[in-house]
Amino acid sequence: MVEGRQVFDLLWLVPAIPLFGAIFNCLLGARAGNLIVSIVGCGSIGLAFALSVYIFRAFLGLPPEDRMIEFCVFQWIAAGNFLAPIDLLLDPLSMAMITMVSGVSFLIHVYSVGYMEKDKCFARYFFYLNLFVFFMLTLVLAGNFLVLYIGWEGVGLCSYLLISFWYEKRTAAAAGLKAFVVTRFGDFFFALGIMLVFVQFGTIHFHSVFEDPAKVIDSRMAMWIALLIFAGAVGKSAQIPLHTWLPDAMEAPTPVSALIHAATMVTAGVYLVARCYPIFELSPVSLQIVGITGLLTAFISATVALVHTDIKRILAYSTVSQLGHMFLALGVGAPAAAVFHLLTHAFAKALLFLGSGAVIHALHDEMDIRNMGGLRQYIPATFYTFTIGALAMSGIPGLAGFFSKDAILHATFVNGGFLMWALIVITASMTGFYTFRIIFMAFFGEKRWDVHIHHPGTVMVIPLVLLALLAAVGGYMGVPHVLGGGDRISNFLAPNFGNPEVHATAEPSNKGVALAAEDETAVVESEEAAESEKVLEGVTAETLAEGEGHAPAGSPEMLLMLVSAVMAFSGVGLAYFFYVTPEGREVPAMLSDKFGAVYNILTNAWYFDKVYKAVFIDTYMLMSEFFWKAVDTAVIDHAVRGVAGSLLGGGSIISSLQLGLVRWYATVMVLGAIIIILYI
Amino acid sequence: MQPEVIQSLLQIGPTHYLVLGATLFSLGVLGFLVRSNIIVLLMCIELMINGAGITFIAFCRQLGSLEGQVFVLFAMVVAAVEIAVGLSIVVLVFRNRSTLDADKMEVLKW
Repeated sequence: MVEGRQVFDLLWLVPAIPLFGAIFNCLLGARAGNLIVSIVGCGSIGLAFALSVYIFRAFLGLPPEDRMIEFCVFQWIAAGNFLAPIDLLLDPLSMAMITMVSGVSFLIHVYSVGYMEKDKCFARYFFYLNLFVFFMLTLVLAGNFLVLYIGWEGVGLCSYLLISFWYEKRTAAAAGLKAFVVTRFGDFFFALGIMLVFVQFGTIHFHSVFEDPAKVIDSRMAMWIALLIFAGAVGKSAQIPLHTWLPDAMEAPTPVSALIHAATMVTAGVYLVARCYPIFELSPVSLQIVGITGLLTAFISATVALVHTDIKRILAYSTVSQLGHMFLALGVGAPAAAVFHLLTHAFAKALLFLGSGAVIHALHDEMDIRNMGGLRQYIPATFYTFTIGALAMSGIPGLAGFFSKDAILHATFVNGGFLMWALIVITASMTGFYTFRIIFMAFFGEKRWDVHIHHPGTVMVIPLVLLALLAAVGGYMGVPHVLGGGDRISNFLAPNFGNPEVHATAEPSNKGVALAAEDETAVVESEEAAESEKVLEGVTAETLAEGEGHAPAGSPEMLLMLVSAVMAFSGVGLAYFFYVTPEGREVPAMLSDKFGAVYNILTNAWYFDKVYKAVFIDTYMLMSEFFWKAVDTAVIDHAVRGVAGSLLGGGSIISSLQLGLVRWYATVMVLGAIIIILYI
Repeated sequence: MQPEVIQSLLQIGPTHYLVLGATLFSLGVLGFLVRSNIIVLLMCIELMINGAGITFIAFCRQLGSLEGQVFVLFAMVVAAVEIAVGLSIVVLVFRNRSTLDADKMEVLKW
């Protein structure tokens, strides 16, 4: 076995193994048969995961101040003072990312074997998927901006390929194109940002750029760089105003939505901002913009998710909303919380997508939750795992999403002000509502479908169970001090972001209160399930009041936690009231009638697509038509035809010399020779 | 005519060989231009090659170097090969078109 620091020399293998899998599946996959393709596809990712866990173990053995390993694979471009080696950087941030990416990818690959078994392009699918994992790992391991950019564009490419995987379907092909174009729009600014970094710093190496950026640039320049980089992140992570591609990207096969459009690629933007945090920190304005964008995105897309009926689109908007949470966290100076939420969200959302995939699979490609219902008895494994994912997602205490979301809420309250906090708390309650709306409509109530149910196979259930496990306990890597935890994730990420100040204020003496509060939430939980909305409101008020009485003045964090938990429960309870209890059944229809205008705005996703179509696409079409009719046909075509015509005319004259007679040619040749000789 | 000119004409030297080569070559060219039978055309090509060969040899003798002979040997090999290919083409052409008239073969044109 390799010992000591030599372990880290294996780092390059982490992305290389998936690349090998991709090459194999590309070249030989179609001939090798599905079994070998799935073994190579899953095996390569599994190996990469095992290797990253192995490296992780060695990494934890290092003292925290040494946890920054650079590894140069080879020198790629060296022109003048511009150096672009392919180098990898392993620090706590990328360590956490590669472990999550390879782990989640592995589970999703395994699941895909079951989900895609009937597809005729099985090998092509695994080729794209493996290639994606390679690019994603390159992205998070990159040691300079250029390598990061390679990964960045690579995942965009794979996302495009996988969204239009069923390219015979017109909407799928269009959705792929839309995703590619919209993200490219952001990438363009990102590329400009990289150039600006090079111009200012003279290097694109992460370590040298982030060492002490304040020495080189002032806050104004930092703002420009930060905003350009952030524009790239906005495109990739589907933030307002470039979020419109993500809901359409749901045309992709469901495991792809789980992997690329929930767990990994869309979080690349968050990763990027977290990576470049030293630059963002120099410019408070850019941080504010990041935070506000995140907040608006979180809120707006959550409202849209409330009314959609396509199960995957609800989840897509929910993803956009959760990404908004992460950007909010980055904006309010809690990057560790953002990364924490990124990880827990990856588990929960991958789980939800895979669960929804199992539902869609079971009902033969039915995606409308209005046509589901009563599935609880038919696919129980999916039901239980999906519920765990939904609980984690909604921020129900004890599960992963709660801790990470709480960290964000707390940071927002401390640094962002009450208004931002209130908005994000409302969003948290909407999260509970829309996730449980899916559960209550799909798994409860009477059955509204009439097909032979398609049971998910073992290969599909095992990843669901493992992800459910992760979604349930994943939060315990970041239990805040106030609940008696060690907030290990912030400590682990401390070399990247400095020491976590937000949580450090809590005293150990709050432990008892914490336990009490947890008991209380448990009470709420039990009452919750049985009672309807009204009772719930009462309980909420009660707990709130009690919470206020309980919490010592030194512990506002406790109170905030309580409020967020209560809000999450209220969302779930509202969903229960609307979609399960008989008296609540009529309410959604009534509300949509009464607030028709609001309802329309929401079902049309705040008219983003329509406005973009009117402003950009229609203008573009008009311009194209002008250039087509006035410029292309009138000017260019005539010019081209003129040139071509004159050439044709001249050619026909000369071609009359070519008779096909050998002796004629010989005569001409001899004459030519004679002329030349005479001339000489 | 002066006797020494006659003498030099009678004494076989490079000039004679050069004249012979040029004559052979010109005959070949002329034949190629005026005849229409493909086999005759091939024969004319042989004449031209050999005319050139004789010229080579003549110069090679005069300059006292061996390079010309090497070229001629090459040219002979190439000519033999070429005639083998050419004749097989002629046979195929005759089988397909029942004629050997080069002027009848004029489809390869614009």
